[in-house]
Formats: sequence, C-alpha cells, structure tokens
Amino acid sequence: MNLAAIVQDQTSHAEAVLFYLLAPITVLSAVGMLLVKKAVHSALLLAAVMISLAIFYILNEAPFLGIVQIIVYTGAVMMLFLFILMLVGVDSADSLVETIKGQRILGIIAAVGVGGLLIALVSKGNLGHRLFGLEMANGEGNVQGIAKLIFGQYVWPFEVISALLITAALGSMVLAHREPDSDKKDQRALSEERVRQSAQPVAGLPGPGTFARHNAVDIPALLPDGTSSDVSVSDVITARGHLAKPGDFKFLETSDDDREGN
Amino acid sequence: MNPMNYIYLSCILFSLGAAGVLLRRNAIVVFMCIELMLNAANLAFVTFSRMNGTLDGQIVAFFTMVVAACEVVVGLAIIVTIYRSRRSASVDDARLLRL
Repeated sequence: MNLAAIVQDQTSHAEAVLFYLLAPITVLSAVGMLLVKKAVHSALLLAAVMISLAIFYILNEAPFLGIVQIIVYTGAVMMLFLFILMLVGVDSADSLVETIKGQRILGIIAAVGVGGLLIALVSKGNLGHRLFGLEMANGEGNVQGIAKLIFGQYVWPFEVISALLITAALGSMVLAHREPDSDKKDQRALSEERVRQSAQPVAGLPGPGTFARHNAVDIPALLPDGTSSDVSVSDVITARGHLAKPGDFKFLETSDDDREGN
Repeated sequence: MNPMNYIYLSCILFSLGAAGVLLRRNAIVVFMCIELMLNAANLAFVTFSRMNGTLDGQIVAFFTMVVAACEVVVGLAIIVTIYRSRRSASVDDARLLRL
C-alpha cells in the first residue's frame, strides 16, 4: 500500500461549501442557546447544533457516528431533556439577577480565554496539518471497520462501558424513585371499611315501593320488621309532600268474588 | 478547505459550552451546555480520526457518546430529585445537599 498516494491537505470543494454553510448556523445556534431566556428554546437550539454536528460527522467519513448522533442525541437525549423540562416546568425562566457580583463578566472572560487559548494552541501546534483520509480504514465499510476495533482491540473498554450504562440506569431509577404514600387505601381496605360502617347499608339503599299498588316511586319500602324506610324514596318527592304511606295501600281482605269481578 | 477548520469549530463550540455552564442558572440549561462541550470534543475526535487515517478516534467518540448518555440519565434524575424537594431547578437554590 502506498500511503503517500492518498495523502492530501485539502478537502473537496463541495465539503468546503457545506462546512461554510453549516458552521455559522452551528455557532449561531450555540450562541443563541446561551442567550435565550426559556429553557425549551435552548433545548431546540441544542437539537439544531446536534443535527449539524451529525452532518459534520458524515462529512468526516464517519457515517455510523453521524447516524448514532442523530438517534442518540437528537432522538433520545434531547427527548429526555424536553421531558424533564415539562416535568420541572416549562415556564421556569432564568432569573437575570446576578447572585455573585461580576460573575457574568468573569464568566465571559473565562470562556473567551479558554476558546482563544484552545484555538491558539491548535493552530500553533504541529498536529500534522495533513489529511490522510479514511479510504483505507473504511475500505470494508465504516461500520465493519468500527466493529473490528470495538470487538477486537477495544473490547474491554466496551464491556466496561456497558457496565457503566447499566449502573447509570439503575442509579437513575433509585434516584427518581419515590415511595408511594402509605395512607392510600387499596380496593380491599375500602370495601372492608364500607362493611364496617353501620350507618350505611352494605347492599345499597332499599328501592321504593316494595309493596306497589300504585305509581311506586313515592311509596317507601317496607323493611323486614314492617316499618317503612325513608331512605328508599328520593328526597325531592319527600320535599314536595308527595310521599305516600305504605299503610294507605295495605292489602285489604277481599273475597274471591270481588277479585273475579276485577 | 483545511480540515483544521473542524477543530477550530470544535474549540468555539467548546468555549461556548463552557460559557453556558458559567453563566446560566437553570440546572437543565447548564446540563445542555455540558452536552455541547462533550459534542465539541467528539467533533475534534472524529476530525483527528480522519486526519490520521485511523478509526480509533471514532471509537473514542462513540464511547464518549455512551458516557454522555449515562451522565444525562443520572444528572437529570438528580435534577428531578432536587426539584421535588425544593420546587426549583435553579442552581442558586441548591446550595446545600440537605433540605
């Protein structure tokens, strides 16, 4: 293999055009993320940054990482962020009052300093400003190349990181779990309580007009001991004074002739 | 275009994320800025991987993504727990670990 044949310093023009289109959008979205007041807008701008980073990955001959970036970050992580935002309260805007005096100025200075230092170092340092490209490494396909490395050379870090993922899942479950309120009754306790209450009939209120010889809703039911039950008739009928007494419709002794005559 | 431009972009995004961590008060926004910093580092990894002609940088970026996912899960659980006890997601209010 002749490595020198592949070596080049410049990317293609098409890639340059895409970069110069996308890079300002990315930086502006990131700046906007810092400046907007509402957390939801921040999250949406961060999603824009993530998507443009995914495009940058694909430009950098890492299609697998680009797709993973979209699925994991813009799909899972940002959705998690939005979910928690909805849980915590969408309206929770930042207070703009400085609690520490001069914190904002110092923060901006520190961030600009870090950025300037990084860029100066990177531009001065001899990082081999050459572009080997991944044509050889991606020869069998990007996913195959990554799989060979992950399940070969990097299999131990891969296993450790899977343990970390499981631990994180368990930890978040432990952290977010809350014991249910102990005084909440289940169905069994509720029904037992209902039976024990003597004031309420277990089988519900008796229906009106048990001995009906008449429009029966206004006649109270007769209890087994012969007395009439007031709760069997609607309160409205009682209030209107339409309540009839069961005694008025007492079964009268009649002869067989009378009944045949009816 | 020189591929170093990707590295410069990555530096800018990283410092913007750092600025967000220093300036914002809402714990969730601070968290999103940390994600931005992690992603900026990932972009540098992927670019260096291409410049050096090996896939190792992409592997490290992949591992970083997994670690970032773990971090988000645990961090958001902590934020939710703090929010439950304090009714606030502001980092100013959480000065003590106890109530």
